[in-house]
Amino acid sequence: MSRSNQSRHGATKAPAAPAATAATAAEVATAAVAATAAVAATAAVAATAAKDPSDRVFSAFVAAMSAVVILLVIGFVLLLTADSMQSIRKFGFEFITGSVWNPVNTEINRMDFGALPFIFGTVVTSVIALLIATPLALGSAIFVTEYAPSWLGKPVSFIIELLVAIPSVAYGIWGLFVLVPLMRDSVEPFLQDILGQVPVLGALVDGPPFGQDLLTGGVILSIMILPTILSLSKEIIAQVPRLQKEGMLALGATRWEVLSQAILPYAPSGIIGAAMLGLARAIGETMAVTMVIGNSSSKISASLLTPGYTIASAIANQFTEADSPVYFSAIVELGLVLLLVASAFNIVSRFLIARLAKKTEAADA
Amino acid sequence: MKKIAAVLGLGALVAAATIAQAVPGSGLVTAGVADEAKSLTGAGGTFPAVLYTKWFSEYAKLTGVQVNYQAIGSGGGIKSISDMTVDFGASDAPMKDDQLAATKGGALLHIPTTMGAVVPTYNIPELSKSKKVLRFTADTLAGIYLGEITKWNDPKLVADNPELAKIDRYIIVVHRSDGSGTTNIWTSYLTAVSDKWAKTVGYGTSVQWPVGLGGKGNEGVSGNVKQTRYSIGYVEEAYAVQNKLPVAQVKNAAGNWMDPTAKAVSAAAAGVTLPADLRIMMVNSANPEAWPVSGFTWLLVYQQQTDPAKSLALTRLLWWCLHDGQAYAEKLLYVPLPVDAIKKAEVLLKSITINGAQALPAELSK
Repeated sequence: MSRSNQSRHGATKAPAAPAATAATAAEVATAAVAATAAVAATAAVAATAAKDPSDRVFSAFVAAMSAVVILLVIGFVLLLTADSMQSIRKFGFEFITGSVWNPVNTEINRMDFGALPFIFGTVVTSVIALLIATPLALGSAIFVTEYAPSWLGKPVSFIIELLVAIPSVAYGIWGLFVLVPLMRDSVEPFLQDILGQVPVLGALVDGPPFGQDLLTGGVILSIMILPTILSLSKEIIAQVPRLQKEGMLALGATRWEVLSQAILPYAPSGIIGAAMLGLARAIGETMAVTMVIGNSSSKISASLLTPGYTIASAIANQFTEADSPVYFSAIVELGLVLLLVASAFNIVSRFLIARLAKKTEAADA
Repeated sequence: MKKIAAVLGLGALVAAATIAQAVPGSGLVTAGVADEAKSLTGAGGTFPAVLYTKWFSEYAKLTGVQVNYQAIGSGGGIKSISDMTVDFGASDAPMKDDQLAATKGGALLHIPTTMGAVVPTYNIPELSKSKKVLRFTADTLAGIYLGEITKWNDPKLVADNPELAKIDRYIIVVHRSDGSGTTNIWTSYLTAVSDKWAKTVGYGTSVQWPVGLGGKGNEGVSGNVKQTRYSIGYVEEAYAVQNKLPVAQVKNAAGNWMDPTAKAVSAAAAGVTLPADLRIMMVNSANPEAWPVSGFTWLLVYQQQTDPAKSLALTRLLWWCLHDGQAYAEKLLYVPLPVDAIKKAEVLLKSITINGAQALPAELSK
């Protein structure tokens, strides 16, 4: 199930093929995991069932197709590594821990490339997006599949899924002219009013509200990944066996009881998977974020109201005019780092899903 | 006169004769010649792309030579020509010495094609109705972008703009987030006028900004300035004109308050000593009539060409751009090169060789 969902995700994303290498990086990371699984599965099938020649031909055919995908990923990683060698040699591990990104040599400040502000921005905005989008998407998915009459549910999910088709630059323009003023003049002052005096949370909303900051970046991302998470969660909820639900109802359970005891316990790994696919999109998203995040790598601060920068925006912004070989190489290395961040998220989610699956099994036994 | 010429177009000989008066040396390329290559490729900066697109489409009508120009950015243009994957590159920033040393095809020439100006724009609601624009000096601009002048009512600003005395607000600084020739001109200017800027930030297509928000592209910066009260930003002059943004006056090196008119921008490269290779940022020009934040944009070509057909097509194209092409600049909100610069560029053009001989046809270079 999760595999078909992933390829579906790939299909919806493909037409909007982003200009930057970065966006592709995150997608490829997702695709790579899917492809590995695919090859393993075909190999297993081939070993057990392929007696019939047509079967054998077909399994070889599909195996070849997934091999192509994997080769693409490998080629991609090799190319990124080769092009970033100069920067890797020069900066080593400090590329990841350093927080100064200075492409110009001056008397006082040497040229230096440290990606930490970008990594920080990417992780923070993606997590904000996930925290906002997952409950919204899950809520809508439950409403659409379980509560809404079908004359209402279908158009609602159709409209939400339409959000996928909006190009990211359109989100960016909307973000810059509508969302940014709204955040600056209403939402952020409001958050400061209610959270400002609270000890730890206060630090999250410290500083003057610019409207162009990590929080706004996260909000726009949450809108963009909402449809992905929604459509996957919807399918997952729909796949809960009918018998299980009807059994609960027959026992006199209320709708809420069916939902909380028969449906949701069945679905958590799928929902986490859906959220992670949304996350993959958020990590690689470039244009919309660039237009609202403030693009400033000058400081890393706990406040979500600080202007920030993401890896993907940095690549998109600086790639075309990177005018010295080291600079160019550092930008390519950013692509590599993005791939690593995406893989890290992927690994964590696999781990989570595996843990959950074990738990459910234990509970069933 | 130039405008009339542009309207008539270049197809007719009559028009060609008119243009000849605009820039001496115009009207010499009238049709394609048999031995020249019928297609050329180039890549580089986005800033001159609009002008280049117009030029190359007119040039194709005139001579049948198709020029394919890809606006991939100056960095990309430099890389492409250094690797010899294109026939010419284009850049808004002059190449550095180590870059020039690393080219695959030997010496690269910088042929200036047009000029651009960068202007400060701002948003102060209290002044939106005022007809008078703000005035900045080199000192105040550097102070603001260094984060040292943080409020609009700073005494240094009030000294030139008494109307700011009541504006007790923090200045929100906006800069470009993407690498760009615009940023290169702006930071080159700040480097030229401020010691502290030169030592801590320096100049380039992207720099490490001490303060401020980054907007993507000219539209990102102007969008930010438009909707952020008490902000200041910098954009290409053409962009400010088209979008009717308030454009500040800047005091030039001679101490005159200047508006960024086409004349003032062109003056930046006139009446001053230009180096023979024309590899120079024109900022803070000594000309008393000059807008101080101006710069060239260049086409990059190899001095020693290897393909006779291409070298013929390329040198003829460059000649046409330097002369006839200038007539298109103003209409598209670019600034034509002053004659001094064209003369120097002609010398460079004549120095291009093929098999040891001058590549530019003799009937053009006489």
